[in-house]
Amino acid sequence: MEEMRIVPEWDSFTPGVWQKEINVRDFIQKNYTPYEGDESFLAGPTEDTKALWDQVMDLSRQEREKGGVLDMDTSIVSTITSHGPGYLDKSREKIVGFQTDKPFKRALQPYGGIRMAVKACEENGYHVDPQIVEFFTKHRKTHNEGVFDAYTPEMRACRSSHIITGLPDAYGRGRIIGDYRRVALYGVDRLIEDKQHQKDTTRIIMYSGVTREREELSEQIKALKELKELGRIYGFDISRPAANVQEAIQWLYFGYLAAIKEQNGAAMSLGRTSTFLDIYAQRDLAAGTFTEEQIQEFVDHFIMKLRLVKFARTPEYNALFSGDPTWVTESIGGMGIDGRSMVTKMSYRYLHTLENLGTAPEPNLTVLWSTRLPMNFKRFCAKTSILSSSIQYENDDLMRVTHGDDYAIACCVSSMRVGKEMQFFGARANLAKCLLYAINGGVDEISKKQVGPRYRPITSEYLDYDEVVERFQDMMKWLASVYVNTLNIIHYMHDKYCYERIQMALHDRNVKRWFATGIAGLSVVADSLSAIKYAKVRTIRDENGIVVDYEVEGDFPKYGNDDDRVDSIAYNVVQGFMDYVRGNHTYRGGIPTTSILTITSNVVYGKNTGSTPDGRKAGEAFAPGANPMHRRDTHGAVSSLSSVSKLPFKDAQDGISNTFSIIPGALGKDDQIFFDDAITFEMDPDCACCEPNLSDEED
Amino acid sequence: MSACDTGRIHSVESFGTVDGPGVRFVMFFQGCPMRCLYCHNPDTWSTGGGTEMTVDELLTAYERNRGFYRQGGITATGGEPLLQLPFLTALFTAARERDIHTCLDTSGIVYRPGRQGEFDALFSVTDLVLLDVKHASPEGHRRLTGQEQSPVLSFAQALDRARVPMVIRHVVVPGLTDTPEELKALGRLIAPFRNLRGLEVLPYHTMGAAKYEALGIPYPLAGVPAMDKDKARAARDVILTELRQARNEMRK
Repeated sequence: MEEMRIVPEWDSFTPGVWQKEINVRDFIQKNYTPYEGDESFLAGPTEDTKALWDQVMDLSRQEREKGGVLDMDTSIVSTITSHGPGYLDKSREKIVGFQTDKPFKRALQPYGGIRMAVKACEENGYHVDPQIVEFFTKHRKTHNEGVFDAYTPEMRACRSSHIITGLPDAYGRGRIIGDYRRVALYGVDRLIEDKQHQKDTTRIIMYSGVTREREELSEQIKALKELKELGRIYGFDISRPAANVQEAIQWLYFGYLAAIKEQNGAAMSLGRTSTFLDIYAQRDLAAGTFTEEQIQEFVDHFIMKLRLVKFARTPEYNALFSGDPTWVTESIGGMGIDGRSMVTKMSYRYLHTLENLGTAPEPNLTVLWSTRLPMNFKRFCAKTSILSSSIQYENDDLMRVTHGDDYAIACCVSSMRVGKEMQFFGARANLAKCLLYAINGGVDEISKKQVGPRYRPITSEYLDYDEVVERFQDMMKWLASVYVNTLNIIHYMHDKYCYERIQMALHDRNVKRWFATGIAGLSVVADSLSAIKYAKVRTIRDENGIVVDYEVEGDFPKYGNDDDRVDSIAYNVVQGFMDYVRGNHTYRGGIPTTSILTITSNVVYGKNTGSTPDGRKAGEAFAPGANPMHRRDTHGAVSSLSSVSKLPFKDAQDGISNTFSIIPGALGKDDQIFFDDAITFEMDPDCACCEPNLSDEED
Repeated sequence: MSACDTGRIHSVESFGTVDGPGVRFVMFFQGCPMRCLYCHNPDTWSTGGGTEMTVDELLTAYERNRGFYRQGGITATGGEPLLQLPFLTALFTAARERDIHTCLDTSGIVYRPGRQGEFDALFSVTDLVLLDVKHASPEGHRRLTGQEQSPVLSFAQALDRARVPMVIRHVVVPGLTDTPEELKALGRLIAPFRNLRGLEVLPYHTMGAAKYEALGIPYPLAGVPAMDKDKARAARDVILTELRQARNEMRK
């Protein structure tokens, strides 16, 4: 922009390059106030907050009693502006906006796939307007239809045999975080201006990439205009920047609300908003615009809205994810790369909602943990965790190295720089099944169909380690190729038929795209190969010579006990698979990464996989994520974590999970053992000298 | 190899959070002369079982995961670690050299003043002792554990002289060790110790019963219910109240 403009809403902010370009990080770094104090400043819930939350609890009860869904749209296709305003109680709500015209009513979002949308309604006793079904069947193609138009027979076979699982080919892919803070800081008009400038300066020779860029920028501009309209529907002019903390929260929330009205994604995360908003709160507190109690009320009402994000989903989908998750992940805290803590009073206020409103799984409040966070904040986190069991922690010291200090978590662990990076979500390859294919020459052990390539099967009675590893590598190479190419189709079609217009409008022009893949069954493979190497594994075949079961003779090192003999096998599998993934072309220059973090779907994957050489029987669940198999870790949690920590993070930057539950009593009880000041003080000054004498007398 | 080169270890737990401060690497020593009625580790009684492990093996396993133990350290428990005194001393000496916090969980039952030199060597490398006082009265102690009480008290005094910080542990079993008289007596018994840093009252639980079944030993406390956690907390208060009372009297 040519000259510095006077923006009244920015009054008293420290100026910087953020005024000239869209640069939220620069704004935060120049303006935020790290907070090292404790939680004593926090305010409890107001009467309005309590009344609204009672209303929510009542609606939740009604929803449960109705079987999980209270109301659904069947004739209005959800867009940013599809609905009039919706309220719980307009007179009490300080932050407003629902996905439809009333709370607890799930929107109809057919762009990912009309069949899924219809099914989600049917299964809950609702029927989509036939005209809409016809429209999205005959006249407007969906992402789902596009994908299946392009799938090869091999891809379909892999999909139905579950060697590739959980693909986002019938629903929204999610895992994209718009930089919703931009709406508050700049106002929508400025964002439109910026996007218009980007469009005016594209290359002019119309390669398909340039054509696509221009079309997408047009879509983004349209979406931003609709976002302004969404504000107007609720009575706000969000074309200008937010002028105080209440507006900042409201503007930011409108950005997010527009995204969830457009997209029913597998994870619709919020980003890293608390420290940004604290800058407004500090300014308002200093100017006397609002009190602490009012600011906490805005935050409480905002978090309440995030708790009420709801999507229409099928029972199968909910079974896969064990519940009805929305993954509204918000990342809190962390350290700045200049060494200052990014904890602010607003970080406390967000976590305090768990006390003011009671505990809840959403939004997924995630603390970016560093050993260098202020001690008071660590204590407060621990206290709130004990109280609510609802805080997720992730290692900022690990992620800050590659992602800087303005990244956020999408879904449960996927880290990305806000507004600068996005992810193509890619489900999982079932490596345990891949190992069975390697042994059976591509024949599926359950359906007995030839799914993989007709490589030579293993014919010996006892499995030989070197032979199995060689075949397994060939089969992984094949699987990686089918898998990546399946994802290439999915993301091409998603961009084409279910493009995230508003979320991408809240990104930079040049976005880094992570091409996420995933692994299921890692510990099964590691233990299987270990059994083959260190014990004897006998094959049990059916009448056609297909191996359907295994008998393990002897003991073998098991993954999860900090034993390098098997941990190195797991390392090699992850590294090997990623190398094969990287050997493939990826859509839109996506940078391959992988995750090992099935947190609930491991049960479903196990169900669809035959017996494995580690002694696991057909149908038995896999361990979640990178966990050791159930009951095979015998040295306690640190050894288990140690095995997991040896996996190569550079090959699995999208996240590695090791889930373990622990009863509270097993987390220590030092506070109930060691004497605190109360006791020491009673032994007043004399005591220190009189006691030794007494003790000597005893001797 | 001499006796102090290897020890008999029943098992290790890499994430110990209830045997000393912080997260600890816990080593269960094999062998114990006590036969406490409520023992939940009867599989550690025999001196013949377990795996032979060297100091280096154990500390290497610790070092590999040192990051987890920043506020913690190692704990020797069992079984009765003092049965393997030379090995235990070698282990703690090596740990101290590596700046690892050392904690000993013991009943003190095998303490003998005649071996003071050996014990002093151990004390000089021990950061904290969790001393299990099973019963406040000599008869009760004999009934409950099959052993005399006096070595336990001599051990506590020796620790006090050597200025080794000590936490008293006491298991409250319904009907056996939870009477007000017993609790008060315990408060008086431990009041004089200068090195006393804490008191842990453990509610009796029945999780050990399955081990007895597996080992084919009759479970001595069959039919005794687990101790309610709140009652254990109340019992601790009774002990502490009496302890303060006793200290006040002593001061006068």
